Amino acid sequence: MELYELWKPLMREGSASFWQEFYVKFYQAFLEGSRWKQYLNGVGTTLLVTAMALALGVVLGILVAVIRTAHDQQRTGRKNPVLGLVNGVCKVYVTVIRGTPMMVQLLIMGFVIFSSSRNYTMVGALTLGINSGAYVSEIIRGGLMSLDPGQAEAGRSLGLGYVDTMRFIVIPQAFKAILPALGNEFIILLKDTSLITVIGGKEMVYAAQAIYGRTYEQMFPLIGIACIYLLLVMIFSWLQSLLERRLRQSDRR
Amino acid sequence: MIDVKHLSKSFGDHQVLKDISEHVYPGDKMVIIGPSGSGKSTFLRSLNLLEEPTAGTITFDGEVITDPKVDIDRVRRKMGMVFQHFNLFPNMTIRKNITLAPVRTGLMTQAEADDKAAQLLSRVGLVEKADAYPNQLSGGQKQRIAIVRALAMNPKVMLFDEPTSALDPEMVGEVLAVMKELADDGMTMVVVTHEMGFAREVGNRVLFMDEGKILEEGSPAQIFGNPQNPRLQDFLSKVL
Repeated sequence: MELYELWKPLMREGSASFWQEFYVKFYQAFLEGSRWKQYLNGVGTTLLVTAMALALGVVLGILVAVIRTAHDQQRTGRKNPVLGLVNGVCKVYVTVIRGTPMMVQLLIMGFVIFSSSRNYTMVGALTLGINSGAYVSEIIRGGLMSLDPGQAEAGRSLGLGYVDTMRFIVIPQAFKAILPALGNEFIILLKDTSLITVIGGKEMVYAAQAIYGRTYEQMFPLIGIACIYLLLVMIFSWLQSLLERRLRQSDRR
Repeated sequence: MIDVKHLSKSFGDHQVLKDISEHVYPGDKMVIIGPSGSGKSTFLRSLNLLEEPTAGTITFDGEVITDPKVDIDRVRRKMGMVFQHFNLFPNMTIRKNITLAPVRTGLMTQAEADDKAAQLLSRVGLVEKADAYPNQLSGGQKQRIAIVRALAMNPKVMLFDEPTSALDPEMVGEVLAVMKELADDGMTMVVVTHEMGFAREVGNRVLFMDEGKILEEGSPAQIFGNPQNPRLQDFLSKVL
């Protein structure tokens, strides 16, 4: 604080040393006027949006994956027309979401569909969730298809129904197989929350932009949030590896 | 017990089963032999509708199970199946593998199923493996567990789809011994196998299939001692 007041004039004169300048800029970026609170709020919003989008994405993903897999596995001669229709809707959903950029989806949701809404965070979370759901559904579908069909056959041959077979046999094994891919998707989701700035979501990038808009010093805020993202992703990866280790229990010999 | 009438099955343009009619009587030990691709596995898998027949009917216990309205899960509870590749559930312990279906289908409570599992496991000499996972077992042990898993549902008939083909030669004996014991207990069995010794010793009827048709059937003595069909003679000269 005192050092900041002492060295700030030196910088204006251009006679500050490298470390003095470094300190002043660092102070401006993070400490002056308790700016670190803005980043913290940003982190809060980022985590909130990630959590909501994650929940929505997983629910949508499972739903779409199960519908599409169930549709493809129907007994011949017993095709359900309703399932066929729903399957068509799911296909369109996945095609449209995967076929358009995340940024464009956000802009459309923010400025066209929900143009009257001021709750940018919710709109952002909704968009990210819908986006993530399409990718998650394909990951899950891949996992369900990669499993040896003999597993489901064994379940069905014991007289278990389709739902029980999925619940106890197929999904637990598929989940283990797709965990790395899911982790990947969730990391992408976490970082994609930075895009909701474009519709006014007040997350980390928003905080950084607000601060360097006043100090005209971009490096520290941007490097700062980059470090925060990195830290969050590392924590996330660590949690994922813990989960993977737990699920590997049945592999020990 | 199982009555098959004019059963046909095609995969696309390829007709695997051609108008097969056959009857499995209670207590039968029917053994199906034949070269690879002859349709014997497809025939067996059709019996519990793991393969959907293209044409024809299958009747089990007086019920036409090929009727789309039939609840196939209920029918399958009475038909045990053992697969070539065991298909144990690797995410569960052996006990859970065995008790899952009886408990989930409401046949037994968990305690009853645990008792049943312990009793069946001791019969095949694997009672100490109840808490192991499938990946910790040898192939022979896995297949014996798979047989136990099917038996836990108290089936009326057991279907075996090449149960020893994926095993190391030294493990074949232990699995065949369990199957032999089962046969001696009077279980109705349909077995697809390449084990001619087993067919001769345990089977009461042997079917020879090739190119989707049953070319010859009879007692083991007839099939192995006095084969009529030239395809069967040729087949036996190669495998015996």
